[in-house]
Amino acid sequence: MTKEGRPLSPHLTIYRWPITMMLSILHRISGFALAVGFIVFVAWLEAIAFESVPFETFSAALQSTFGQLALFGWLFCFFFHLANGIRHLIWDSGHLLEKQQADTSAWFVLLATVVLSVGYWLTV
Amino acid sequence: MAEFRLPPNSRITKGKHFPAAAASGNVRRFVVYRYDPSTGENPRMDTYEIDMDACGPMVLDALIKIKNEIDPTLTFRRSCREGICGSCAMNVDGRNTLACTAPADSIKGDVKIYPLPHMGVVKDLVPDLTNFYAQYASIKPWLQTRTPAPPDQERLQSKEDQELIDEPAACILCACCSTSCPSYWWNSDRYLGPAALLAAYRWLVDSRDEATGERLDDLEDPFRLYRCHTIMNCTNTCPKNLNPAKAIAETKKMLAERRH
Repeated sequence: MTKEGRPLSPHLTIYRWPITMMLSILHRISGFALAVGFIVFVAWLEAIAFESVPFETFSAALQSTFGQLALFGWLFCFFFHLANGIRHLIWDSGHLLEKQQADTSAWFVLLATVVLSVGYWLTV
Repeated sequence: MAEFRLPPNSRITKGKHFPAAAASGNVRRFVVYRYDPSTGENPRMDTYEIDMDACGPMVLDALIKIKNEIDPTLTFRRSCREGICGSCAMNVDGRNTLACTAPADSIKGDVKIYPLPHMGVVKDLVPDLTNFYAQYASIKPWLQTRTPAPPDQERLQSKEDQELIDEPAACILCACCSTSCPSYWWNSDRYLGPAALLAAYRWLVDSRDEATGERLDDLEDPFRLYRCHTIMNCTNTCPKNLNPAKAIAETKKMLAERRH
């Protein structure tokens, strides 16, 4: 785009991130994390079905501090992706697109994510 | 693939410091992006100290004061100084805005000023807008009709029809929105960006325009329109308080509805 030799003006590093921009990139990151999480899920099913890894070993790994953290992270990503996905559907229908609404709904998505993931973690 | 790092010739170095005169009281520091194509040196950040008691309230006032009294080599575009020409669009305190309508006292700490993000820099705060204007031209921003105009009068619109285009037609093409959009940063060669898409929408909803079908055909493209991921930076940053994100969402809706 830029004519040869011209410098490119700074972008990502100097821009002050609005909350909506933050959530947009989090949506992608959480989607990626969910895909990775599904690989673990399939491996878990495999451990049950074929004992390719002894099921107890697999369970113990998930019970470890790291395993629990990863599971909670996955849960968090799941609820975030779900809540923000609903926000995207509402946007696609042409609603909540005013500046203030986009900001408010962003905070609402974050709140819903925390409540749902912590609530689910504590009750199940 | 998006390139997140600045190319080697664009990395910013430390620049010069211009201290305020000893007697001045209400001093603020303006840290300004400088690039001089004639030297071959990398861009730098120069710091100017300004006595705000002897300066107008807007960021543009400070830039003009710097140019007049401290450093005449500082280069920037400006014209109307009242937010209608769109020339002085730049990145002030991390947001794209018009320097002439941005009050300096609304900013905390040093006032950092960069050119519009992810653009080729011609000199200092002057970005190369060639591609931006070409994209605007590509959406054919004029009335297209097939039926001849009435012989004795203009093509009339109802008040309601006019109100549909009031807002999108108020765009001044300052490029704040397009250059605030990460999608545009990574794909400006193929994604039209919020400003051009807002202009496209202005003609899509114009009751007098008879090329709606062709206009939609031109936009139905994975890159030209659908690189918009509703990040909302455009609407957040628009100095005229317009809503390109909403116009793009409405355009996507028109395309979805057309398929049925």
